[in-house]
Amino acid sequence: MSKPFVDIRHAAKKFGELEVLHDISMQIGKGEIVAIIGPSGSGKSTLLRAINDLDPLSSGEVWLEDMQVNKALPPRQYEKHINQVRQDIGMVFQHFNLFPHLTVRGNITLAPKMLKGISDAEANALAEEQLKRVGLLERIDYYPSQLSGGQKQRVAIARALAMKPKVMLFDEATSALDPELVEEVNQVMKQLAEEHMTMIIVTHEMGFAESVCDRVVFMDGGYVVEEGPPEVLFRNPSHERTRNFLRKHLQGQS
Amino acid sequence: MGLDFTVLPKFIDQLLLGSMWTVAITVSAAVLSFFGGIFLAVVVLYAPKLVSLPFRVFSWLFMGTPLLLQLFLIYFGLIELGVDLPAFVAGVIGLGLHFAVYNSDIIQAGIKAVDTGQYEGARTLGLSKLQTLRKVVVPQAVRAVVPPIGNNMIALLKDSALVSVIGVTELTLSSQLAISKTFRPFEFYLAAAACYYVINLGLEAGLRRIERRIQTAR
Repeated sequence: MSKPFVDIRHAAKKFGELEVLHDISMQIGKGEIVAIIGPSGSGKSTLLRAINDLDPLSSGEVWLEDMQVNKALPPRQYEKHINQVRQDIGMVFQHFNLFPHLTVRGNITLAPKMLKGISDAEANALAEEQLKRVGLLERIDYYPSQLSGGQKQRVAIARALAMKPKVMLFDEATSALDPELVEEVNQVMKQLAEEHMTMIIVTHEMGFAESVCDRVVFMDGGYVVEEGPPEVLFRNPSHERTRNFLRKHLQGQS
Repeated sequence: MGLDFTVLPKFIDQLLLGSMWTVAITVSAAVLSFFGGIFLAVVVLYAPKLVSLPFRVFSWLFMGTPLLLQLFLIYFGLIELGVDLPAFVAGVIGLGLHFAVYNSDIIQAGIKAVDTGQYEGARTLGLSKLQTLRKVVVPQAVRAVVPPIGNNMIALLKDSALVSVIGVTELTLSSQLAISKTFRPFEFYLAAAACYYVINLGLEAGLRRIERRIQTAR
């Protein structure tokens, strides 16, 4: 692999006595799409949330290109630094976290207007462009409460994309959705994959991970147990724990 | 001698003028108490302990002492310190600050009730703490607490009668002046009560409109 785009070096995290991440290192290349799977409590969400320093690490480093994300700085400088870095790291949450008091347009234009100093007209054009990407242009003046779960998540993706991020993080983006709404969100993510967006995806959906991702990472108990291309990890896993997890999971799904 | 409402028409202008002053005081104090309440809530919750201390003390004092006394202090007390406020201004400041403290309590509860996901959603986009508060958290908190704040505003309208004691010729003082000329307390106090009731109906209608407008945006 060429120079890593996202570089996690010896990431460790403790909550008091409890170690939720044990010395994890991981490199992700530009345009690569990585799925992180594992049982709940395995630390996969914690690792993902460490990438934009939403859950700060106890030790270790996270780099995005030539910039250390979790730089140790005095509070004021850190605040400036992290707000700058986070503009390059889009994140999509399980529960969407749309702003309910703003319309779809307001949700998408808020951050670009405040942080990039663009005009209302430019912001509107940006919102329309991103909504077209997720197929929801006709909902631009709706409030989140007027949308279905799948639509909310697509708007949340459009909101993140409007910042023109270098990498997108997905934290169980489809876990809170009714089964019939999952596909429309998966479609949008597939489309991003085809556009070679760098993506790190925490997911429970093995089928999606297998069809879209370049690499799958299996975590358990705060360790990376094994990783590899999806066809290897899903068809022929080398660790007992991976086999157990996949067996249980596939039973649950059928 | 029975009730005699025929004395009212001669003083109707006076009562209407008093009603206008009551509305003016209520609206001005309501605006002050609303924005003052937001300011207090944010300072108490987010400012460093040392910065917020004077505001906490201010809140305790305003919540722990009678509004009537506060009006006396602001109007008569401040004169001794060389601050000679017009009675209307003193009344608005007294009522406004008093209810700002109550509003602040409600808004603090509203802010605490905003889901952590809202902070995370805003911060991951790159918004600063202050931008997140201003554009995401406070607007939602305020929308959530419109009904209890509305109740405070109705209480404010009725408590505006207290500013009659510092000589603002609002509705209550207007009716008292009419009584002093006619010696008809029952008729004029009833008439004043009716005026308060009508103003209150208008206020409630306004509050309901606001509540309806923000319903989808929550």
